[in-house]
Amino acid sequence: MNFRKTVLSVGLALVGVAAFAQTPRYADSDINFEKYFKPATETPASPDAQGFIRRWLMLDPISKPNRGNTVFIDSYIRDAFAREYYKGQFASMSDLALLPKDGQKIKKVVVDAQKPVDLSAGRPMFMAEPELIQEKVTLTWHALDSNFPNVKLFRFATGQGLTRYGVIFNVVTVINCDEDIENVRLATGSNSASMWWVNGEEAVIMSGDRRMVQDDCASERLTLHKGKNILRGAIINGPGMSDMIVRFIDEAGNPVKNFTVTTK
Amino acid sequence: MKTTKILFGTAAILLSAASASAQIGKPFIHDPSTIMECDGKYYTFGTGGGGLISADGYTWDGGAVRPGGGAAPDAVKIGDRYLVGYSATGGGLGGGHAGRILTMWNKTLDPNSPDFAYSEPIQVAESVVDEDCDAIDVSFLLDPTTGRLWCTYGTYFGNIRLVELDPKTGARMPGNKAVDVAIDCEASDLIYKDGWYYLLGTHGTCCDGVNSTYNIICGRSRVVTGPYYDNMGRDMMLGGGKMVIGSGRERTFGAGHFGRMVEEEGVEKCSFHWEGDLDRSGRSVLAVEPLVWVNGWPVCGKKVQDGEYSIQSVRRGYGLELTVDFQRANIQRVARGADVPDVALENQKLAEVIGTWPTGNTEVRCSDYMNRPHQNWVITSVPELGGTIAGSYVKITIAGTNRALAAKAGAELETVPEFTGADEQLWRIDQLTDGTYRLSPKAVPGCSEKLCLVCTSDSNVSLAKFDMNSDNCKWMFE
Repeated sequence: MNFRKTVLSVGLALVGVAAFAQTPRYADSDINFEKYFKPATETPASPDAQGFIRRWLMLDPISKPNRGNTVFIDSYIRDAFAREYYKGQFASMSDLALLPKDGQKIKKVVVDAQKPVDLSAGRPMFMAEPELIQEKVTLTWHALDSNFPNVKLFRFATGQGLTRYGVIFNVVTVINCDEDIENVRLATGSNSASMWWVNGEEAVIMSGDRRMVQDDCASERLTLHKGKNILRGAIINGPGMSDMIVRFIDEAGNPVKNFTVTTK
Repeated sequence: MKTTKILFGTAAILLSAASASAQIGKPFIHDPSTIMECDGKYYTFGTGGGGLISADGYTWDGGAVRPGGGAAPDAVKIGDRYLVGYSATGGGLGGGHAGRILTMWNKTLDPNSPDFAYSEPIQVAESVVDEDCDAIDVSFLLDPTTGRLWCTYGTYFGNIRLVELDPKTGARMPGNKAVDVAIDCEASDLIYKDGWYYLLGTHGTCCDGVNSTYNIICGRSRVVTGPYYDNMGRDMMLGGGKMVIGSGRERTFGAGHFGRMVEEEGVEKCSFHWEGDLDRSGRSVLAVEPLVWVNGWPVCGKKVQDGEYSIQSVRRGYGLELTVDFQRANIQRVARGADVPDVALENQKLAEVIGTWPTGNTEVRCSDYMNRPHQNWVITSVPELGGTIAGSYVKITIAGTNRALAAKAGAELETVPEFTGADEQLWRIDQLTDGTYRLSPKAVPGCSEKLCLVCTSDSNVSLAKFDMNSDNCKWMFE
């Protein structure tokens, strides 16, 4: 896909970006994993021109069947994201010393799976609660750079032949700051619902049947501390595409970019 | 006066509307196509085949014919023919996302016409299994500046795409490559106004009745191929979109599948479906609402709801009133500085003044609005007497009476002591694209022209042809 990077500032965008000549973004049917992701390198990454964070440690999707995205009310996703699928799961995503490594595997994780649904008569209009079975799976962490501002979680799953619908994605990254950066907000968008934590503190909850929208939700003001800060997210999706878009913004809504991003 | 206010500002435009203003008959449809006029009737097609017909734009029933089944059609009139598009879907989650967009022609949309015959469908776009697109939900734009024919399609499964078709054949232009213009929408629609292309899409949850959160958003671009940005400068490829129609209005929920109708300069309508209407067993129904443009952005407007209002001219801001003596309020003035407690005084009442009014037909005019009985009007829908694409006809009566505003011979105005339901006493009210309103009598005795309520001076009113560029023709309800 010839996806042209948008490099316009918020200010320019507000005063009429359309006046600029634009190259059409021609459609591309390719769905190879490499179209969407490349392995993260040892060199620290920067946020992109609009401040979007593209480097992430991403855990293979955890099967979490549901009857559709309309179930993602606040209490549902809090419960779903609070479930510990393996010992030390949450500590590993909030403690620098325990942070997962690229390629690290977690074996014998018990997850819910859905019995096959007979769709021979077409998609049901109102899906019933899925009938669950339990499976043991191995989950792997991957250190990746997204080729797009929006991280295509769906393609992260399909590109590896993993479960694509009814899943929870866990992502984590490290924000490295040379000094304290005060009064910033974590601005997120996701398809579908998600929750986000900065240094272990809940920052954003996005409930409901969400479409991915840039800056759909923003945290209260927070401080990115000098040194390393851990940014963690959990995204849940039923049917359809799944992706996320994350950045920090300042008081004026402009992107914060004076930090680097690593997975260690 | 009961202070039900309808201002013409943005805030009021977004206020809720009662579903009493909805289309009547059997307007049951899902994913309606842009409404087409053909030989004096209105047509819209829906998912699964078929569609609705209306003789007046207000009362709808089944009967429209569209072969091919499939999902979410659209239609556009090109010359003296209609191009109808629809999609053959792979079945969504269960059947994959291999979709196909097809187009076909018909000389008429009237299935009873001897000219009614669809051409063989032509495939103009497709999506292959599992790519970032689901080629369904077609829409057309015949570019008024170039005559080129554009087609968008796609769903929540990936990107909304734009292709160019040949307006002579309805086929894909040779060598044309699809362009990605938005992500994660459904039911896209492309429209053009004043140098901008507007891409509309539907966000939210589909197909869940009154729990559907479907809502219609848009971005705009100077170039048809995009990028399309919303009012905050967000690219629609990153989810941007400014709200056009929110998820709910009082008893209707889930707005999706936008279509635009331009009746004449300054008078536009938008059509869409509500996924669920509580007044109609929660069914999916056709909606037709005024389309308003606010600071260069389309916004779903609002029909005037039944209630008591002052009717104020945009020309001067005076209120429409019965031509009778102004009666001073009989209230003793309190001397400045007097040490007396404040008390709330009542407005002048109808009973205090009606005895001074003539009993026969009486003229109307405009004057300083003082919230007096001869200045307060009641708007009442009379759906049993029919309607138009703008909604039900209404009667306009002096509050507390049956004295009704009416057109009279010579294209002038009067009030009659009793509303009888005569055509000259029935009014069509359109919200205009600038948010103000036009009032038009159903009929004017001795006149076949379409006329509307106008100011001839700050203080006098009459009936004349509508001119969107003149504030004489525009009114506010407050």
